[in-house]
Amino acid sequence: MEGWLLDPFLEFGFMRRALAGCFALALGAAPVGVFLMLRNMSLAGDAIAHAILPGAAIGYMLAGLSLPAMTGGGLVAGLIVALVAGGVARVTQLREDASLSAVYLISLAAGVMIISLSGNGVDLMNVLFGNVLALDDPTLLLLAGIASLTVVALAVGYRALVLECVDPAFLRSVSRASPVAHLGFLVLLVLNLVAGFHALGTLMAVGMMILPAATARLWQRDLGPLLASAVAVSLVGATGGLLLSYHAGLPSGPAIVLSLGALYVLSLLASPVSGLFRRLRPRWHYTS
Amino acid sequence: MSQPALIFDNLTLGYDRHPVVHHLHGEIAEGALIALVGPNGAGKSTLLKSIAGELRPIEGGIRRRPGEGGRFAYLPQQTALDPSFPITVSDLVAMGLWRRLGLFGGIGRAGRVRLADALAQVGLGGFERRPIGTLSGGQLQRARFARLLLQDAPLILLDEPYAAVDAQTVQDMSRLIQRWHDEGRTVIAVLHDLDHVRVEYPEALLLARETIARGPAVEVLSGTNLARARALAEAFDEHAPVCHRHAEAA
Repeated sequence: MEGWLLDPFLEFGFMRRALAGCFALALGAAPVGVFLMLRNMSLAGDAIAHAILPGAAIGYMLAGLSLPAMTGGGLVAGLIVALVAGGVARVTQLREDASLSAVYLISLAAGVMIISLSGNGVDLMNVLFGNVLALDDPTLLLLAGIASLTVVALAVGYRALVLECVDPAFLRSVSRASPVAHLGFLVLLVLNLVAGFHALGTLMAVGMMILPAATARLWQRDLGPLLASAVAVSLVGATGGLLLSYHAGLPSGPAIVLSLGALYVLSLLASPVSGLFRRLRPRWHYTS
Repeated sequence: MSQPALIFDNLTLGYDRHPVVHHLHGEIAEGALIALVGPNGAGKSTLLKSIAGELRPIEGGIRRRPGEGGRFAYLPQQTALDPSFPITVSDLVAMGLWRRLGLFGGIGRAGRVRLADALAQVGLGGFERRPIGTLSGGQLQRARFARLLLQDAPLILLDEPYAAVDAQTVQDMSRLIQRWHDEGRTVIAVLHDLDHVRVEYPEALLLARETIARGPAVEVLSGTNLARARALAEAFDEHAPVCHRHAEAA
């Protein structure tokens, strides 16, 4: 058992790198995912993740599989969509997610088109599903940098962000921090989606954001423990996914997302807060 | 009499060029306890929103007192708050101390005492650790009142504070409002229960896009005034002609 758990990481550098990348992703993306979920923006996260693709694809068209070009392109495209969508929601009555479904489809199609026209099928698979087993030094540094920035930014803006989620009208009445919290959060979201894009690809980038958050929500009632649990779920799920992928010879990105998905389904059944097994308990209740 | 708490100067508010509040003039005296009444769509919430700086006037403006004297605490309608967010009652209420705490400040011993006191005053002692999602509508409204208490503002704006709360909560909260009045704070409340207004409020402003009546609550809420307000509020016309009143006034 110990060998099953440890050997892949002890023997192979690429597995250690993948693990480090996943840990960085977990520290940044999971807390962002919790706020994303609590703001009812899970769909927006998905749409923005897809919006990164055409940007990264243009970077790819110009410079091939180059980290700076694809990261820069992805960041720009993601930020444009996030800010336009966020700005629209702030100044009009439109809900944020109303226009995002359209963005999702258009971006995905445009991105696939651009890469197909200027590259080959292997690169396309790389972009769509990522390649967590081939993270090089610059990519790892990028993931670690984004994770560090995210943790610091969330710590600094925590109080404003919480208020912006729970009672934005109140925050606006006491402080000018509301737009900063809102837009700052969107920037963090895009940064972490770009990080996810490098490891897991466009289609799965949101996976390490939403699944740990949704899983943790089934176990925790308070925000602090919720954030910590999401990170923990993310770490366990990603490690499990990597091991699964190594031992069973499965593609690593989907294995990680599936392993997170398994934790989610288990939690759906067993959660003490809202699990299905809970319904089978004896039905006694307190007097008051 | 000192400077008024608020001055409405030819204030026009609205959405998409249609006025909801139309060329409103007037003052709210410092220390006033005034009920803002009128039919649905009369512009009451819009007016409050604008006082709170959430909505920019189409024309004219609102003057609050400068500095500390113009500081306000605003209770929007309850829909603004997301009760499913995992935050405890005491964390929510403690944010009333935002002006003192800001982004990083610790609450400190004095803050904790004030927090406990505010919760006790609204009858939520013992609810500190409860997630806000487990509160009833009335309890949540009490929590929001406790937060107002901590905000300790000279101007208090209440938008339908009694929507969906029980009689006991109404009674307890109006006692708080009465005390704010006694402390010399200015209180403006949007209310629908006219009998309640007649009993509890010395002054009323009946609004239906324009001021229908203003003065002692009992006189303002006469049958003729209310009928006029209703008629005016219903007269929304998608293709209304452009208003040129500001040009005439100039």
